Amino acid sequence: MELTTLWFLLIALLWTGYFVLEGFDFGVGMLLPVVSRDETDRRVALGTIGPVWDGNEVWLLVAGGATFAAFPEWYASLFSGFYLALLLLLVALILRGTALEYRGKLDDDRWRRRWDAAIVGGSFVPALLWGVAFADIVRGVPLDADHEYTGTFFTLLNPFALLGGVTTVLLFALHGAVFLALKTTGDVRTRAIGVAKVTGPLLVVAGGGFLVWAVLAYGPLWTLVPAGVAAVGLVAGTLLAARGREGWAFLATAGAIVAIVVTLFGTLFPDVLPATDPAHSLTTTNASSTAYTLTIMTWVAVALTPIVLAYQAWTFWVFRRRLTRDDVAGEAGLPVRTGAHAR
Amino acid sequence: MNLDLARWQFAITTVYHFLFVPLTIGLSFLVAGMQTAWVRTGDDRYLRMTRFWGKLFLINFAIGVVTGIVQEFQFGMNWSDYSRFVGDVFGAPLAIEGLLAFFLESTFLGLWIFGWDRLPKRVHLACIWLASIGTMLSAYFILAANSWMQHPVGSVVNDATGRAELKDFGAVLTNSTAVGAFAHTLTACFVTAGVFVLAISAWHLRRADRPGTHTEVFRPSIRVALVTLLVGSLGVVVSGDLQARLMTEQQPMKMAAAEALYDTVAPASFSLVTVGSLDGSQEVWSLRVPRVLSFMATGSFDGTVEGVHDLQARSEQTFGPGDYTPSIPTTYWTFRLMIGFGMLAGLLSLVGLWLTRKRATRPIPRWFLTSSIVALFLPFAANTAGWIFTEMGRQPWLVFGMLRTADGVSPAVSTTSVWISLIVFTLLYGGLAVVEVGLMLRYVKAGPPPPAGVVPIATPTPSVSY
Repeated sequence: MELTTLWFLLIALLWTGYFVLEGFDFGVGMLLPVVSRDETDRRVALGTIGPVWDGNEVWLLVAGGATFAAFPEWYASLFSGFYLALLLLLVALILRGTALEYRGKLDDDRWRRRWDAAIVGGSFVPALLWGVAFADIVRGVPLDADHEYTGTFFTLLNPFALLGGVTTVLLFALHGAVFLALKTTGDVRTRAIGVAKVTGPLLVVAGGGFLVWAVLAYGPLWTLVPAGVAAVGLVAGTLLAARGREGWAFLATAGAIVAIVVTLFGTLFPDVLPATDPAHSLTTTNASSTAYTLTIMTWVAVALTPIVLAYQAWTFWVFRRRLTRDDVAGEAGLPVRTGAHAR
Repeated sequence: MNLDLARWQFAITTVYHFLFVPLTIGLSFLVAGMQTAWVRTGDDRYLRMTRFWGKLFLINFAIGVVTGIVQEFQFGMNWSDYSRFVGDVFGAPLAIEGLLAFFLESTFLGLWIFGWDRLPKRVHLACIWLASIGTMLSAYFILAANSWMQHPVGSVVNDATGRAELKDFGAVLTNSTAVGAFAHTLTACFVTAGVFVLAISAWHLRRADRPGTHTEVFRPSIRVALVTLLVGSLGVVVSGDLQARLMTEQQPMKMAAAEALYDTVAPASFSLVTVGSLDGSQEVWSLRVPRVLSFMATGSFDGTVEGVHDLQARSEQTFGPGDYTPSIPTTYWTFRLMIGFGMLAGLLSLVGLWLTRKRATRPIPRWFLTSSIVALFLPFAANTAGWIFTEMGRQPWLVFGMLRTADGVSPAVSTTSVWISLIVFTLLYGGLAVVEVGLMLRYVKAGPPPPAGVVPIATPTPSVSY
């Protein structure tokens, strides 16, 4: 296999890891007000992602870094072209990350309510924007002969891209609901299953439409296969969650995410960023680094990725237990008005 | 216009990010050490130290993480032509930093925060050590990337593709500039963490006459801080000396600008204060220590140090007409502020170690505790000055001798977009600073958790910090 093709696959793998893992973080964040009625519920819900969200987000940093290293032209055109969208994304990720770490640090309702808003918004905005961005990548964007983006922010907001955004919002909501159902007990679990039952059918309609559009308009026909697998995964995930088989349901929604990434990257290949004028498209070959750099990066990836997967899997094993309301009792954070200061 | 805005944005986001990074690197190491002491001795004081400093570490770490995402994105966003030019070389250490270091620190820190009750003691201890090692590995790879920009080794410019291409990755990773920068940065991280622990311990010890002031936690903390600060300061001096010689050899213009040395001389004196003409092109008056600059730059008291005028002429011969002189007032003063602030911090450790040399009973003089609190700004100011010097001293180059800063900026990004992001980041980062400092102060004031056996009132156990 060509090294450039291998790296195209590895980049797809990194995005898959990112969407499977941070996908449920975004889902849990977006669903926070829906699955919880009181502060204890909220702590249970957020407790499911507490130990892992930061490690999950590193998949994004590695996907970005690997794109820079393996396909500098892709990285440069994409990041400068999608400038304002990425700014919005960064603001959302910054607020959400700070909120996840800071909300529990003070025992004060107003403090928590503000950070909760940041968690909900900071999860929704990236969930939407990733769909918009990948739809636009598949669809192609206006590039000039130097591969510089010539559109505006609003070029990115076309119907196909917006449908992509709706798809990822629903996808991560379903994935997050299933994850919450898997990791909690009692009311939070029941409500999460309820969310899955509603999101699942909506997603099959919106996401199915998006994938069929993507395949028919931009892809080779074989990508209908992973698109079909994704549909099966989403239906199975919803049905299994409804029956309380959350472990299998989670595997099904994770599998659906894998299949969706395969579909999108399948429609993309051999381009990495198609241009409205095909002569200006960035491809795996004209956007790539030298064979020497790709060879080194391949060895690094082969040596390190299995180790990372092993210890991240171990983390999920350590925190495998369902969280209960009792688990989060008495973790209120620093009192704001009483106690500490006066002592 | 775009160039200036993009430079301001990079300066603001990067200087801000680097306020948190050195403390993360230094403090994670100290917290790991404190926890090791607890695991080995079972002494409850060490556990309380671990929890108190660990909590402050996490408050700091959170902002370091979220502002770090911007770092990786903004090369592509604001500096796309730079990214196209350097990606083949610069991208690799950046990607490895993520794969090797970010995963390690984030995953094991998550395990450490939530694993107090779920992991065996020693496994839990290993988690904080792995996170700490992750932060140091991260520093090495990003410094290797930056050092390649200062001293591009292991690569050539391919005229056909118009970009720098990697020829020897080993040379990039073992770049003498990177080794020097890593030693200097890592020891500066210890200085930063040392002063941080010193200042906060001093604040608590200063109120030791009031009830409930945890002297038994802060007295050992202040000793840890002073020793860390001393070791760190010595390391900073030794590595800084090595770096000065490398800089004279690799970027002589930066050295000349750092010294406002306009004309080549041997032996060269070190200027304590220089007043230049308003446009920065001539020296008007200066106060100097004979031969010291020759020693700093070359290792010999008689060494020749080249001046700005000669170097400018030589650069024009090599690279064609143009201005190859960085802003001399900026480089000159940031270089002095870095050294001055660093030296003051180091001095504090000598005084402090002398004053605390006897066992825990003797009270530490109030003036020293007060000075230690005031000194908190020193390492942060020195770190900032150091980086501004390093980056401004390389100008007009983005990659030394290969790519000019003016040629690296994104052509596709409109001025309006850069203005928007510059304003958004500045406001957002300002707000985050207020929140972070506020939270930090509350936790500082709350003090460590009560001794074992006492029912906790204020501080939740770290295992469940949600």
